[in-house]
Amino acid sequence: MGYPHPSHPREQVLLSKYFGDSGARTYAGWVDRGGYQGLRKALGMSREALIEEVKASGLRGRGGAGFPTGLKWSFMPKDDGKPHYLVCNADESEPGTFKDREIMRWTPHALIEGCALAAYAIAAERCYIYIRGEFTEPWSVMTEAVREAYANGVLGRNALGSGHRIDITLHRGAGAYICGEETAMMNSIEGKRGNPRIKPPFPAVAGLFGMPTTINNVETLAATPHIVLQGAAFYKSLCLGNPKSTGTKLISVCGHVQRPGNYEITMGTPMRELIYDMCGGMRPGRTLKAVIPGGSSVPIMTADEAETCITDYEGVIEKGSMLGSGGMIVMDDSADMVYQVWRLARFYAHESCAQCTQCREGTAWTTRILERILAGKGKEADFQLLLDLSEQMTGKTICVLSDSCAAPIVSGIQKFRGEFEAYMSGARRPALASAL
Amino acid sequence: MSAAHGHPAEQVHEPVFVGETLAELERRFTEYPTKQALLLPALWMIQERRGWISEQAIGEVAAVLGLTPAYVKGVVTFYTMYHTHPVGRHFIQVCTTSPCGLCGAEETLRAIVEHSGCGELGATSPDGRFTVIEVECLGACGFPTPVLVDDDFIENVTPETVPALLERYR
Repeated sequence: MGYPHPSHPREQVLLSKYFGDSGARTYAGWVDRGGYQGLRKALGMSREALIEEVKASGLRGRGGAGFPTGLKWSFMPKDDGKPHYLVCNADESEPGTFKDREIMRWTPHALIEGCALAAYAIAAERCYIYIRGEFTEPWSVMTEAVREAYANGVLGRNALGSGHRIDITLHRGAGAYICGEETAMMNSIEGKRGNPRIKPPFPAVAGLFGMPTTINNVETLAATPHIVLQGAAFYKSLCLGNPKSTGTKLISVCGHVQRPGNYEITMGTPMRELIYDMCGGMRPGRTLKAVIPGGSSVPIMTADEAETCITDYEGVIEKGSMLGSGGMIVMDDSADMVYQVWRLARFYAHESCAQCTQCREGTAWTTRILERILAGKGKEADFQLLLDLSEQMTGKTICVLSDSCAAPIVSGIQKFRGEFEAYMSGARRPALASAL
Repeated sequence: MSAAHGHPAEQVHEPVFVGETLAELERRFTEYPTKQALLLPALWMIQERRGWISEQAIGEVAAVLGLTPAYVKGVVTFYTMYHTHPVGRHFIQVCTTSPCGLCGAEETLRAIVEHSGCGELGATSPDGRFTVIEVECLGACGFPTPVLVDDDFIENVTPETVPALLERYR
């Protein structure tokens, strides 16, 4: 549902059904609402059949990459004698995204159920849920839910009487965007600086503590009990025409819409419907200018692109951007695109782990150039400089943080060049008093 | 979690990892295959009890986990939420990243800096009550401006609601 707003009739409410319902937070409340039946059913299946079911559902990673979940699980080695680990990525640090927070705040047992199910599927006895340090309320709700899950035999040496050991440990982050990147997260759990690792080796081969590891997002894991309980065919049928993007997706809508919130849509819903019907459109007298559809790391879309976009993985790619985490930042005609691009670049400069030269230097340098433009001291040559730097920042580093910084810069220049030129020519008054 | 910022300086010289606190840390060794993995949890334990992480505490945690102080310091400084110096009794983190920035977060931040008496970002108010910092994305973009006061996560803060909000924290 469009939490904190009432559910919209065009939503497909699967994961968000109990957002705002504090009765769903307790073990008893969750069981009353049909909880833990999916896990019980899964524990009665063979691991192979469980992975096949998730594969058949078409579920793809909801954290941003959109990688098929069942396929990821199938990469885990079989009978290798090593401990396996599941890591649940609850770092939710991508600007514009605030869906996992609601899953943990309102339906903590949905996440525990999904974690236990996935842990069984990949033969992991321990799951770490990495929750960002700033999420104080989700942390305390999850802490209590894990305690209750142990007390009721859902977790522990004999999970739901299945004979399988499943333990969950909550691990608190301490303020670092990059720890949402899966290899940085593993380093952080190991007690290290959150520097991303070079791949290969991939986590399924040598991940957390050097052991086979699967990392899944909160929303991905919370969807799996529904797939097992209602069947892959049911989940797959939740799509509006494109069989490559199935199920529901929580879209966190923020910025200049009348009703920001988390909307659970069927994959394939037109973005126009999401923005204008579900979210109530723009404020009075304002028109849509731009949308960043998948968290701040994806290219900016123009109003035209957004209004004709199908909201699913392929639909957004077709319009030159990405669905990413589903964090949708909406901007109306009051938004200063140069300022917004600068603010995003500043974010990435602040969050760079500084391992790779292109990222360490590039994020800071592009931020300074954008600052210069905003101070009214930009030159025509700055366009080429920004584009050249962005080129050097794309596809050349250990992780994609610097690519993410380049995406709004390149798309911002391509689609809103006139606003940059207005600062350069003096037609627009400087937005920043000074530049470095 | 309990927040305990700005404890009196004289307590700082008492070791943290003794008695029940040490026992609590050691109980958690069973949840991880290495002692090093307890580093972030141990640093949180120090900050929850002391309000910040001193050089001495860094040395202590290094000894308990079998690491070097230099290594621990490298980790502490990577993460923005660990304080390496004392802060006000109430630590305020204000999100100004793009989605919140579009909805007036910078004005909210200015109001908080002004009404708290801090005067500038990162500084502590003369009465020792507040320290205010600007932070990147708090993950509550639909509720601008989200503000974290100690462990209280407060949504929809506007310049108008700032005075009443600060009044709640003496």
